Amino acid sequence: MSFISYLVNGISLGSVYAIIALGYTMVYGIAKMLNFAHGDVIMIGAYVVLTAMASAGVSPVVAVLLAVVFCTVLGMLIERVAYKPLRNAASPLAVLITAIGVSYLLQNVALLVFGANTKSFTSVVPIPPLVLAGGNLTISGETIMTIGACIVIMVGLTLFIQKSKAGQAMRAVSEDKGAAQLMGINVNGTIALTFAIGSALAAIAGVLLCSAYPTLTPYTGAMPGIKAFVAAVFGGIGSIPGAMIGGILLGVIEIFGKAYISSQMADAIVFGVLIVVLLVKPAGILGKNIQEKV
Amino acid sequence: MAMLEIKDIEVYYGVIQAIKGISFEVNEGEVIALIGANGAGKTTILHTITGLLSPKKGTVIFEGKDITKVPAHKIVSLGMAHVPEGRRVFAELTVYQNLRMGAYTRKDKAEIEQTLEMVYKRFPRLEERKNQLAGTLSGGEQQMLAMGRALMSHPKIIVMDEPSMGLSPILVNEIFDIIQEVSAGGTTVLLVEQNAKKALSIADRAYVLETGKIVLDGDAKELMNDDSIKKAYLGE
Repeated sequence: MSFISYLVNGISLGSVYAIIALGYTMVYGIAKMLNFAHGDVIMIGAYVVLTAMASAGVSPVVAVLLAVVFCTVLGMLIERVAYKPLRNAASPLAVLITAIGVSYLLQNVALLVFGANTKSFTSVVPIPPLVLAGGNLTISGETIMTIGACIVIMVGLTLFIQKSKAGQAMRAVSEDKGAAQLMGINVNGTIALTFAIGSALAAIAGVLLCSAYPTLTPYTGAMPGIKAFVAAVFGGIGSIPGAMIGGILLGVIEIFGKAYISSQMADAIVFGVLIVVLLVKPAGILGKNIQEKV
Repeated sequence: MAMLEIKDIEVYYGVIQAIKGISFEVNEGEVIALIGANGAGKTTILHTITGLLSPKKGTVIFEGKDITKVPAHKIVSLGMAHVPEGRRVFAELTVYQNLRMGAYTRKDKAEIEQTLEMVYKRFPRLEERKNQLAGTLSGGEQQMLAMGRALMSHPKIIVMDEPSMGLSPILVNEIFDIIQEVSAGGTTVLLVEQNAKKALSIADRAYVLETGKIVLDGDAKELMNDDSIKKAYLGE
């Protein structure tokens, strides 16, 4: 039974990574940049929920909605102020370094506003745990909520990209910005929309993560952010199903590593997997080897 | 009044001046060819017209309106479509999705369907392959798709950059036939070509470019018989 329990926990943790990885992979696919501040948006989202519930006393649902709105605006603001001016910079390193700078900025602003003390996060999930197999297997409400949210987001995002006009515009921009402009697509607007969606997902990921692992510090987002990046690369960066598969595999590997190998070594195993994947399949599981067609 | 007027444009890439003061005009219903060697600035001019580049000096006037500062994504809804060099179809989208992209700025669904039918009629091969990914098409089919995609915006003027590039002689003839059909259908055509012979054979007027300047212009049939043109561009 413990194997199944580990597996479910792994899928749940992996679902959080997957939701974060979606933000990474969409931004990479469309703006062709790695937004290393993405993990810290998660942390900001969690603080918004915590503050709204503890200080303003609003209901969990309203708090989560507030966090989504706040992070959406924050993501668009970061893109507008920090990344957009560098879009045509001579070196792609400029925007990468800026993203790392924004990451530290968010962490330090949080440090200033909320302090360095660990805050305990109250779960916002109202679902009772599910007891199966005569009490041998308990699945927490957080786990159910996380996996459910992940499925809904995945389906919703896929439909949005495939069916909606804005989604089609995203695919066109992702392939060829110049040609997309010639079709009448506002490339700046499309990139801003991508950041908005990615950041809204980050807020949801933050709430789910902190509901399952109820501690919050200004550095809470950093590690899951990096791991979600690993997940995105693992699955094939730029690919939405890739981010999903990469995230879930990574979560399962991490939990199994903790359970069966060593809890201290779990992170080493996760990053070791990245190294192996990059050696064997540099483009990731669903990634494509990009070839120039002449 | 000319439909499209280019007045004294100068375009730079960094410190390098690619276009050194060019003026020309395109009248409604005409087929205009811009010919010249590699690096003469033909593509740069088209990019400046459709807003992908902005000139340091000069103006672009379309139907009496100054569009020099209008961003590229707002040009197509004014009635100007651009078939870019190298086709640049969306390889990961299907033929049908690519065509729908061409009508991105149009709202009326019934009208879009009508244009789609018209495009399928002109390019039956696109209809046969409508569910295929554009990246799997041959070069000639991709060129047809790029042209079909531009027509989906129902343009008043269509700007084409090297439509014959990399195609076999038979396909080149086919593409030029289609350009003539498009023109006969009432769309004004501004054509950039290295294949000067073909371009001059279908154009009404032409401008000859050399290193960022217009060195010669006039009636296409007359240019075809011009000795210097024959020597430099027609290989005779």
